[in-house]
Amino acid sequence: MYAFEYHRPSSIDEAVALITSDDIQFLSGGQTLIPTLKQRLAMPDALVDLGGIEALRGIRREGDHVIIGAGTRHAEVAASDTVAGAIPALAHLASQIGDAQVRNRGTIGGSVANADPSADYPAAVIGLGATVRTNRREIAGDDYFQDLFTTALEPGELITEIAFPIPEVAAYAKFAQAASGYAIAGVMVARMPGGAVRVGVTGAAPYALRATALEVALAADFSPAAAKAVTISADGLNSDLHATPAYRAALVSVLAARAVAACGG
Amino acid sequence: MTETATRTVGTSVKRTEDARFLTGRGRYTDDLHRPGQVHACFVRSPHAHARVLDVDGAPAMAIPGVVAVLTGADMAAEGIGGLPCGWQVIGKGGVPMQEPPHPPLALDRVRTVGDAVAVVLAENRHAARDGAEAVVVDYDPLPAVAHVADAARPGAPLVHDDVPGNVCYDWDIGDKAAADAAFAGAAHVTRLDLVNNRLIPNAVEPRAALGEYDPADGSYTLTTTSQNPHVIRLLMCAFVLNLPEHKVRVVAPDVGGGFGSKIFHYAEEAVVTWAAAKVGRPVKWTADRSESFMTDCHGRDHVTTAELALDAEGHFVGLRVRTLANMGAYLSTFASCVPTYLYATLLAGQYRTPAIYAEVKALFTHTTPVDAYRGAGRPEATYLLERIVEKAAHELDMDPADLRRRNFIQPDQFPYQTPVALAYDTGDYEASLNRALDLSEYAIFAERRAASEAKGKLRGRGLSCYIEACGIAPSAVAGALGARAGLYEAAEVRMNPTGSVTVFTGSHSHGQGHETTFAQIVADRLGVPMANVEIVHGDTSRIPFGMGTYGSRSLAVGGSAIVRAMDKIIDKGRKIAAHMLEAGEGDVEFSDGAFRVAGTDRSLTMGEVAFQAYVPHNFPHDTLEPGLDESAFYDPANFTFPAGTYVCEVEVDPDTGRVSVERFTAVDDFGTIINPMIVEGQVHGGVAQGLGQALLEGCAYDDDGQLMTGSYMDYAMPRAADIPDYRFDFTCTPCTHNPLGAKGCGEAGAIGSPPAIINAILDALEPLGVEDIAMPATPLAVWQAIQDARAPARAAE
Ligand SMILES: Cc1cc2nc3c(=O)[nH]c(=O)nc-3n(C[C@H](O)[C@H](O)[C@H](O)COP(=O)(O)OP(=O)(O)OC[C@H]3O[C@@H](n4cnc5c(N)ncnc54)[C@H](O)[C@@H]3O)c2cc1C
Repeated sequence: MYAFEYHRPSSIDEAVALITSDDIQFLSGGQTLIPTLKQRLAMPDALVDLGGIEALRGIRREGDHVIIGAGTRHAEVAASDTVAGAIPALAHLASQIGDAQVRNRGTIGGSVANADPSADYPAAVIGLGATVRTNRREIAGDDYFQDLFTTALEPGELITEIAFPIPEVAAYAKFAQAASGYAIAGVMVARMPGGAVRVGVTGAAPYALRATALEVALAADFSPAAAKAVTISADGLNSDLHATPAYRAALVSVLAARAVAACGG
Repeated sequence: MTETATRTVGTSVKRTEDARFLTGRGRYTDDLHRPGQVHACFVRSPHAHARVLDVDGAPAMAIPGVVAVLTGADMAAEGIGGLPCGWQVIGKGGVPMQEPPHPPLALDRVRTVGDAVAVVLAENRHAARDGAEAVVVDYDPLPAVAHVADAARPGAPLVHDDVPGNVCYDWDIGDKAAADAAFAGAAHVTRLDLVNNRLIPNAVEPRAALGEYDPADGSYTLTTTSQNPHVIRLLMCAFVLNLPEHKVRVVAPDVGGGFGSKIFHYAEEAVVTWAAAKVGRPVKWTADRSESFMTDCHGRDHVTTAELALDAEGHFVGLRVRTLANMGAYLSTFASCVPTYLYATLLAGQYRTPAIYAEVKALFTHTTPVDAYRGAGRPEATYLLERIVEKAAHELDMDPADLRRRNFIQPDQFPYQTPVALAYDTGDYEASLNRALDLSEYAIFAERRAASEAKGKLRGRGLSCYIEACGIAPSAVAGALGARAGLYEAAEVRMNPTGSVTVFTGSHSHGQGHETTFAQIVADRLGVPMANVEIVHGDTSRIPFGMGTYGSRSLAVGGSAIVRAMDKIIDKGRKIAAHMLEAGEGDVEFSDGAFRVAGTDRSLTMGEVAFQAYVPHNFPHDTLEPGLDESAFYDPANFTFPAGTYVCEVEVDPDTGRVSVERFTAVDDFGTIINPMIVEGQVHGGVAQGLGQALLEGCAYDDDGQLMTGSYMDYAMPRAADIPDYRFDFTCTPCTHNPLGAKGCGEAGAIGSPPAIINAILDALEPLGVEDIAMPATPLAVWQAIQDARAPARAAE
């Protein structure tokens, strides 16, 4: 780790004001950022620790939405009665992130800001059609993820909370990479009030996206068999030591079918 | 063995050392902080192969806190030698192996990613690391070769300019003509190509070394994460630093796991010892996890073709094997013997195969050196044999258990001379097989298969009947095979004046529980409570010259040395007791911790005798020396041959390719067992490592020699949830040639389990037409194998 300045503001305004250059970064749970620093892969001048900002913490229900503060830890989401009551799939998703240590430190804001192609929350942001709220604006989930580790956030923009619409029913199925525990593929299937079906996929492509072929098939027949019958194109999917594009494509249909089964469909 | 009132041998005494470990009181190398110590950080090559044109340490010296930058040239200028290999293999036609130099710090060439070119010493770790980053190394990258099959191709980049074709040695064993004749007359031949995947050891504690120099008497102390401190001292003094060994102390304190990777003499040990004198301050280095991945010796990495010949009744008549073994960039301490004497000599397995011929070509590549890793050679042999035997059974449509049974060496055939050098002393293979089949409920497997099918899963079952040669090793045999040292073990047993016992052993405990097991043996034999027995190990200034711990040798060899030393204690004690009791020596018997005059009620306890030994007011000077302190060097007459049967059942999810081990049955014959709990723990851990090799762990290099699996993000170790409940039992044929009857248990699990797991997967996938799967059988590999098997079927539709 290289030396850096450290700030711990107590308000959102203070935090944002401290970002005066590209070499100053927010620090949330530190589960991605700190290992990067320890490996000397980044050399920020200063970190602005968001941990002292009460306004970023907490989970609440607002009408037909569940709102989760950016600084809320994965373990809190996994254990929240509010989340379990409204969107159990989201609590289940959070319970599958990393290990207990990671879940006790890592935050939803950090995860969504980081936009790792194999992180879990992005599947929920897409699959549930969430809205990412920042200190400046609201960003529709569908517009938020743009490329590998690339989002619609502008420099210095701070995620404050994420608003998840409450689905009629939803489920998340993840196939974890054996070493890292991240998703080789993860699929959030949701049937929204009114019957629209959304399918959010993480892990398979450079960034989380909707699987429209699955959405169409499931809108017609919300059954595991219908999901499994959909052939996903392997074009443009990720390739690494652990999975080929063809394997990821096959997993997406299989996981979608399992998620539908878990929905009771 | 002497009868005593409180026998502990054979009971699961809780491990004495655990209180220390579980309460954070273990003392590891990195826990030590010496006044004035500096921290070392190595400058390591990012290239698999490059010329080193220049190393400029000046920019590092400008960094606050940096004390020195030392290079390979500095070492060479002082005449410092290279790291030696302890085992010379003589290849075909009497050609000795190639031993290219291995300088502790590279000179003009780097040959693997992680090769060190310089070391930076600084006041703290951060400054050392800043300094290492600031050193400017001018590399001229060269083409590299990482995979052993590529290294063998004509025109492959050379790892060492003067080693043609990258061949370290081309070696064979067995009778080629006899094997060829057997194949010519065979009714059936089974062929198999396989890869034994390269593994990265991953001990919990990373390697560390602390060098100290005392100018007052010119002495050195190296504290290091070693399984065998005396061997390190010998190699480092005699071959690398040219130091007189009486001026060098090597200490291996608590060590957090080794699995073989901490047997070898590593460059960092020599560098910190040398540098400590150079800068006049203690020098400490602790690997970070990335360095462990890059620089701890790796294991396995074989590419093999095998053929098994059978007669019409299913008897094995011949075996032919050709193996390419990857040595990495340099020859590590025992690298050369692993794919030869620890591998090909095991190819008879538990079977009577009369003709065996094996060829092994060892090659250099631009990768981390490969050396012994839990099992070392024997897992590779077992994997080959138990895969090909199972394949033959499937091809011949025979029950795999029956085919094995038909070929087992029978109990009345021991001692049994195999066609590949080893002579097994004892065993009863069918007993282990039968017990394992019973325990695994082999007969009603079909019910479980049907239940899995109902869930959409494919269930398979695989067997593995392993044998290993351990208790390494009879010095005469080892020497005849090229070992440059004897492989005996030493022990000293010291009765203290008040009756407690201090035992000094050359074995080293780094997780095995010697402080408990050895104390059990001593307590029982001498009739003293375990609490009064202290086991001392790991410090060359305290223990007699010993060869250390590897090859499941601690109990069979180290424990036997302790027994021999205790025999001498009892003999001497008898003399003292006879003198004190005014009886003839021949009339004094020792049992239950007391010396008794036969047929009388006159007796003395061991404690009383010990006290007299040190307060010898009226000992006859000419016939009885004071003191009760004896040592022994035990050189075994033969290897020991643990053997057993493992049965694995898996479920495969055909949609995702994920394999889960549903049931694992292990029945081992380890001879006499001292502490069943510790032995069971060794098997659990060994099987977990074998499961890791079979399902999860695959060290990958790209074609340019970059390590692709350099962290836990990409290299998967087994976790608790991956491990099934074990079904577990022992059979016992005691070792015939050591005083404990013990055979050793440390490696069996890792040796026997991989083929059982892969055989089970292939059994599950047989209905889909899958015939082969490589380790690790990751979900991707299994899914791909299923797709590939379906593809021709689809094409035919
Ligand atoms: C061992 C391990 C296993 C893991 N396994 C998984 C897994 O299975 N699935 C998974 O999804 N993730 C996994 N993670 C990642 C984990 O979920 C992280 O918590 C997450 O990626 C980042 O969140 P954080 O709070 O730690 O953010 P930090 O590391 O603190 O920050 C990450 C980045 O986001 C920025 N940032 C943080 N908060 C904000 C904000 N409010 N607004 C704008 N920018 C912000 C930071 O500047 C930084 O660039 C794993 C991590 C580890 C160490």
